[in-house]
Amino acid sequence: MKLLYFAWLQSRVGLTGEEVSPPASVATVGDLLDWLKTRSDRHAAAFADADRLRAAVNQEFAGLDHPLRADDEVAFFPPVTGG
Amino acid sequence: MAVRVQAEDFDPGRELALLAAADNGAGAVASFLGLVRGDDIQAMTLQHYPGMTERQLQAIEDQARSRWPLIDVIIIHRFGRLLPGETIVFVGVASRHRAAAFAACEFLMDWLKTRAPFWKLEETADGPHWVEAKGDDDDRAERWD
Repeated sequence: MKLLYFAWLQSRVGLTGEEVSPPASVATVGDLLDWLKTRSDRHAAAFADADRLRAAVNQEFAGLDHPLRADDEVAFFPPVTGG
Repeated sequence: MAVRVQAEDFDPGRELALLAAADNGAGAVASFLGLVRGDDIQAMTLQHYPGMTERQLQAIEDQARSRWPLIDVIIIHRFGRLLPGETIVFVGVASRHRAAAFAACEFLMDWLKTRAPFWKLEETADGPHWVEAKGDDDDRAERWD
């Protein structure tokens, strides 16, 4: 699974993205968020406040209950501020 | 192509001229041009999500075209480091009558603000900081639901 991070999430995690293979129990975006928190102290701090983050699966906005597949591209980021 | 995501500057006058081309049947052209404010910002860096950005902007244009009879739509959004006074975003629409042009232009900006995956990093005298999303932008976008 390909993960991408944007804006302040990049600096908090210390990565712009990563390739991960979560366990089969990770079935949704919300599960993935919880699992990511266990990867390192930086992940735990960066993903602690899930209310401040949004997600996209395969480049479409997705909620916490969105189902995941092993080959999905999943992005996490703060609310957008373009325009 | 009606949607462009680019680092380079653009000429809003040229885009308006394209929308006002005499042979497309348009009777009205409305546009919005967003700029980097120069009051307390030294520079602004726009990050985006390549791929998703283009998809979302195209979806926003498609939505506008489904709501109003638009003859042409141009959406340009820049990324990278921009200085005060530089262009950030251009939205322009051509239609037969002004009501659709005004409404679609405002709709496009309101949806773009809340749905296009861009993030602004402002450089001020206090250092760089990521701009927080405004609830006011959500309220403006929800008016169109």
